[in-house]
Amino acid sequence: MGERLEHAPNLTEIDLTDGRASEPSHPFRGVNRAFHGRRGLGVASTLGAPLAWMLLVYIGSLVLLVFSAFYELDPITQKPSDTFTWDNILAAFNIFDPAVRDTVWVLVRTAGVALIVTVLCFLIALPVAFFVSKVAWRWIRRGIIVAMLMPLWAGYLVKGYAWRAMVSPSGGKFAATGKGDGGFLDATFGWTPGYGRTAIIITLVYFWLPYMVLPIYAGLDRMSPSLLDAAGDLGAKPMRTFRSVILPLLMPAIAAGSIFTFSLSLGDYIVPQMVNNGKEKFMFGTLINSTLGAPNQPLAAAYTLWPLLIVILYLLAMKRLGAFENL
Amino acid sequence: MKLSLPARAALCAFTVLALVFMYLPLLVVARLSFNPQKSVAWPGWTGYTTDWWSKAWEADAPREALINSCKVAFAAMIVALLLGTLAAMAMARFSFFGKHAVSFLLVLPIALPGIVTGIALQNTFSRTIDVGLFSFKVGFGYHSLIIAHATFCVVVAYNNVVARLRRSSPNLLEASADLGAHGTQTFRFITFPLMRSAMVAGGILAFALSFDEIVVTTFTAGSGFETLPVWILANFSRPNNVPLVNVMATFVMIVSIPLAWLAQRLSEGGDG
Repeated sequence: MGERLEHAPNLTEIDLTDGRASEPSHPFRGVNRAFHGRRGLGVASTLGAPLAWMLLVYIGSLVLLVFSAFYELDPITQKPSDTFTWDNILAAFNIFDPAVRDTVWVLVRTAGVALIVTVLCFLIALPVAFFVSKVAWRWIRRGIIVAMLMPLWAGYLVKGYAWRAMVSPSGGKFAATGKGDGGFLDATFGWTPGYGRTAIIITLVYFWLPYMVLPIYAGLDRMSPSLLDAAGDLGAKPMRTFRSVILPLLMPAIAAGSIFTFSLSLGDYIVPQMVNNGKEKFMFGTLINSTLGAPNQPLAAAYTLWPLLIVILYLLAMKRLGAFENL
Repeated sequence: MKLSLPARAALCAFTVLALVFMYLPLLVVARLSFNPQKSVAWPGWTGYTTDWWSKAWEADAPREALINSCKVAFAAMIVALLLGTLAAMAMARFSFFGKHAVSFLLVLPIALPGIVTGIALQNTFSRTIDVGLFSFKVGFGYHSLIIAHATFCVVVAYNNVVARLRRSSPNLLEASADLGAHGTQTFRFITFPLMRSAMVAGGILAFALSFDEIVVTTFTAGSGFETLPVWILANFSRPNNVPLVNVMATFVMIVSIPLAWLAQRLSEGGDG
C-alpha cells in the first residue's frame, strides 16, 4: 500500500513504465521487474541449470576419462594412481605393436559392421518412407510411421532377447526335447543364421531402423510434390528424379539418421552378448568391456578414446551435411 | 513423378514386410511367455500355459528389479524434465552466442556410444573429487544411477518441449503482453499451458528411456543393484529362468508400447 501511495501522484510515470507493476497483490512483482528487458538474465536463468549439469556431469566426466588414461594402475589397490604415464595411450594407440594391431583390427571390423547396419537401415527405410509420404493414402500415413516407431520403446534388452529366440538354432544347448527344437526362424522356414555375425547385424538393423525411417520420412514429407512433378515434366524418369532431385535433398535427413545407426552400433556390446553366445569377440564394445573386467580402468579409458574419436569425427562430418537441423 | 502401378504395389508390399519385421520378434516373445516348455525353441501355435505368469508374479528378484527400475526412471524423469524444459525455453526464445554448441551438447549423451558414457561416468563417480574447499565422492547406488540416467534423458524432454515451442506462434506472447500480462502471468497462462502436453510426452519418453537403459546402467549401478534390464541380462541365458525372462519381457512390451503411443499422441497435439 505504501508504495502505491508514493507512486500515485506521479501518474505519467505509472502509465509510461508498467501500470500493472503498482498492483500490490501480485507476488511476483519483484521477479517481473528484475527480468524486464534483461535478456541476459533470462538466458542465464533458463539455460544456466541445464548447461551447468551437462558441463559438470557429462563433459567433466569425459575430460576426466581422457585424463585418467594418462595415469598408472596401482598394482596393489587396483586403482588408478597419481603417477603420470604414456603407457596406456601407447598400449591403445601404438598401431605398430602387434597386440594393438589386433585391437585396431577389431575396431575396423566393428566400424564395418556399423557401416553395414547403416547401409541396410537406409535401404529398408527409404522405400518405406517413400511409400508412406508419397504413395500411401493420406489418412494412413501417420499410422504407419507411428507403427514403425513404437517397437523403439519395447525395451532394448527385450528386443535383443526376442532376436535370440528368433534365430536360436536347432540342436543347441537350450533346445527343447521333442518337437521343433529350433527358434522361430528355424522351425517356420527351416533356415536360421544362427548365433553370430549375421544375427548381430540383423538385430542391430532391427534396433536402429526407426531412427533412420523418421528423419527420411520427415525429409520426404517436407519435399514439395511440385519439385518431383517438375522433374517429370522435364522428362526425367523416376530413377533419374530419384538420383538427381530426391537423394541430394534428402542428404541431411540421411546423415541425421545415420548418426544413430552408426554410433549406436559402434559401441554396442550387449547385442553381441545375446545373439552371439559369447564365442566370437569381434565387437569393439566387447573388447573394452573385457579390458574393464581385468580390471584395468586406465587402459579401458584409453581404449574408449577410439570410439570417442571416431564418433566425434563422424558427428562433425554429419554436421557439415546439415544433419543437426534434422535431428 | 508418376509411378507405375506395379512399382506402387511393390513399395506397398515392402512396407508391409518391414512392419512384419518390426513386430514379429515381439509377438514371438509374447507367445513364448505362454510356452509350456522351458526354452526359446519355437513351440508352434498350440499348447498354452499361464503358469509362468503366476510364477513371475510371485518371484522376488524380478519384482524388486522392476521396482528399482521404476524408482530410478521416475527420479531421472523429474530431473530431465526440469532441465530439458528450461533448456527448451532458452533455445526457443533467445538467441545467444554458442547456441549450436548447446544443441550439440544436449544430443551428445545419446549420440556417443553408451559404453563411452558409462565408463566416463563410472570413472567420475568412483573418484574422490577435490574442488579445493572440500572434496567429495559420488559413489554408487540409486543416486549415481539417477544422475547418469537424467543426463541422457534431458535430450528427450528437451526435444519434445522445444519442438512445441518452435511450432507455437511468437504472436501469442506479444498478444499476452499487449493485453497487459506480466512475464509470470504470460508463463502461467500462455507458455506453460502450451508446453504442458509436450512435457507429459517428453516425461513419458524420458521414463521409458531410463527404464530401458542397460549399458550406462551396468557401469553406474554399483554391485548388487539390479534394475529390470540388469536382471534380464543376468538371467536370459540361464535355462531355468528363461520362462520368467519371457514373461518379464512381454510385460515390459505390454506396458511400454501403449505408453509410447500415448506420448506420441500428446506430442502431436496442442498446436494452439
